[in-house]
Amino acid sequence: MANGERGAPTVAVRTLSRFERLPLRRIVLLGLTVAIVLVVGGGIAKTLTLPAGQRLSWSFWVNLTIIGLALGSIYALIALGYTLVYGILRMINFAHGEVFMAGAFGSFFFATAYGASGFLNRHPLPALAILFASAIAVSVGVAVLLERVAYRRLRNAPRLVPLITAIGASLFLQNTFQGLFGAEPRGYPRPSLLTGTVTTGSVSFDKMDPIVFITALVMMLALQFFVKRTKTGKSMRAVAEDREIASLMGIDVDRTVVTTFVIGGLLAGVAGVLYSLTFGTVSATMGFLPGIAAFTAAVLGGIGSIPGAAIGGLILGIAESVGPYLLLEGVHAPSPFELKGVVTFSILVLVLIFRPGGILGAGEVEKV
Amino acid sequence: MWYSLTRRGSRGRKGSALRHRTRFSTIAVVGIIAIIGAACANNSSTTNGGSTSGAPDCNTPPGCVTVASGAPIEIGTLLATTGATKSLGLDSLYGVQLAVDYLDQTFDGTNGQVDGHDIKLVNETDGCSADGGQKGATTLAADPQIVGVIGTSCSSASLGVADTIFSNKGITIISPSATNPALTTAGTHKPYYFRTAHNDRIQAAVVADFAIQVLKAKTAVTIHDESPYTQGLTDGFKLNFEAQGGTVSSEEAVNSGDTDFKGLLTKIAQPPAPDVLYAPDFNPVCALIEKQAADVSGLANTTIMGSDGCSDSTFIPIAGTAANGNYLSGPDLTAFSGGDFYQNQFLPAYKKLAGSAPISVFHAHAFDAANIMFDAIKKVAVQGSDGSLTISRVALRDAVQGTSNYQGIIGTLTCTPLGDCATSVKIGVYKIPNVPFVDPTAKPVFSETKTLAEVK
Repeated sequence: MANGERGAPTVAVRTLSRFERLPLRRIVLLGLTVAIVLVVGGGIAKTLTLPAGQRLSWSFWVNLTIIGLALGSIYALIALGYTLVYGILRMINFAHGEVFMAGAFGSFFFATAYGASGFLNRHPLPALAILFASAIAVSVGVAVLLERVAYRRLRNAPRLVPLITAIGASLFLQNTFQGLFGAEPRGYPRPSLLTGTVTTGSVSFDKMDPIVFITALVMMLALQFFVKRTKTGKSMRAVAEDREIASLMGIDVDRTVVTTFVIGGLLAGVAGVLYSLTFGTVSATMGFLPGIAAFTAAVLGGIGSIPGAAIGGLILGIAESVGPYLLLEGVHAPSPFELKGVVTFSILVLVLIFRPGGILGAGEVEKV
Repeated sequence: MWYSLTRRGSRGRKGSALRHRTRFSTIAVVGIIAIIGAACANNSSTTNGGSTSGAPDCNTPPGCVTVASGAPIEIGTLLATTGATKSLGLDSLYGVQLAVDYLDQTFDGTNGQVDGHDIKLVNETDGCSADGGQKGATTLAADPQIVGVIGTSCSSASLGVADTIFSNKGITIISPSATNPALTTAGTHKPYYFRTAHNDRIQAAVVADFAIQVLKAKTAVTIHDESPYTQGLTDGFKLNFEAQGGTVSSEEAVNSGDTDFKGLLTKIAQPPAPDVLYAPDFNPVCALIEKQAADVSGLANTTIMGSDGCSDSTFIPIAGTAANGNYLSGPDLTAFSGGDFYQNQFLPAYKKLAGSAPISVFHAHAFDAANIMFDAIKKVAVQGSDGSLTISRVALRDAVQGTSNYQGIIGTLTCTPLGDCATSVKIGVYKIPNVPFVDPTAKPVFSETKTLAEVK
């Protein structure tokens, strides 16, 4: 070639693109799809066709689904925080799990005090109101602080920088809470009003599970109303669409971003109290795994879309509860319960491979 | 520098990429050599020279420790003093500190001495995990002045980790609470490892006896968390339970960081629900299992049993009243042969040191372990003419192994070549909320003394 060195990379690039156009990539993806369908389908088929003595009853699946819905509701509330922040700032706020933990911790001190004095059982509704209020106050505070201190300056930085900052903030918060309050897990009381099981026929479930689901549903509907029908919601949608034009239109971008973080924090605080009431424990590291699960849920549903986060959360919760048993009981795997995490993260990987846009594949116009 | 590497093709800087690459590879090679050199340096055994006139042979590895005149004798502790199981580790640490105090035969807050030297405790945490054990053991083993170690709290930090690291360095280690059977089984036992803790083959046998004889259980399900301690107990329980006619219908596993057990408990509750659910896990897992089991109606007639991994002060706050009526096994603190001493002198001194009643159940084991260590040091240390003390590591190990009919708080201790010093142990089964880490005088509802020789 006349241009010597200049030409060499061009030849290499051309060979590479020819390679890419080969059906090899398509073949690999197809093979992966077939393998997954076989594994999942085969596992489910085997489980549902176990001989009568070993087969799991339909009420068992219903029980697990109810548990999964409750867990999924909590994931959905946290996922909404991820999706809102992504919509506005195009960054994944990995510290959101710690916002959730901070909310739970904020209410923990009131909860133990009220539990010890009996106030929690005598007047559960006012006590719960205070628990929620304190959780929301702390988680909103932490969220706003994060935005101010860690993220505001990085609005126009390359994508990797806010991501690393978020991870750093997450570790910082975890360790701060560990240092302040100790790393050991603490007990979280539940009012006797919400304790106990409900049995209808052969299905019996924890009283707390439907309450978690309904609370989360109410919050999500309220959020949808807020975003679609109020002026602040409209400005949030505008900033999500195009930040610069929105500011040209007279929208205060800083204030909108702070409002988004406030709403995300509020939902995370509610989720924190619901989680602590359901499972009965708080600890400084409790936010890590639910945070990642909620991130998975947000991606699954379509990052940037509110209904997507809600749907993704519910699906993930059910998949995590029902999945291990559905897939592995048939092949007599020892202890399928241990592999809950495998189900969650496999879903994350598969979504990113096959459909990174998620279920509701957020198109450019539809994003919040 | 990386920035210029990517601009390979730009004008006028064609040569710079190659130059940068050469410089980078030079630095990389130098760095790798340095790292290899440092690693090799660490592997050389530390031998303290300067043998005094007298018996100890300090020239053959692992050599001796020389404590200069006026310097303290350094004893390491590798206990779970941080993290979720910190009550377990702190409780043992208090036991060791009380042993140092008691060297002058009184619990008066002023420490005594061994052969005219103070004792200095060098504390590391084992994190109740293999990683933590690795980190803490490596730190302690790197210090050439460490004579012996009291630890680890958890079997996971000992098995294949601390026991190997310390045995390679010739540092004698005595554990107050690591109970996994493999630690003292031929083939996996490491020469410098001993324990005053009971062997879990005994605890599993007692629990199985309780389930069969008292609870009249026919079916059981076990839950372990993949750690050596919990698996040792569930395996031992299955062996003993099935030998007496019971059936273990399934063996489940969880991750030690899990907080959500509702799915698992729902599965276990599927009819027919077992008579006994044996969950010998650490906190918070065992506390959360008990708490969440109360919300699963299928488990209403299932008795849940925990073990001494559950026995620390975080159990009741997390499990709440849901655990009442269930059982926990552990060392029988009311059966100590040093009972008077324990009740009238040790416990008040513990309360003064810690500010509360005992927060777990292995403090007396730690006290006895520390004292065995001190006695062995007194036996083998050679006084130099300049006031220094020379302790042969091999002699120290042999002295600990030769401990025979030692009257400790927990009983009469005779150490065996495989490391068990507590060969005859009384294990109690307590009914919650009457448990020894809330009230050290709590009486078990069932207890049995067994020797190692009679269990499977």
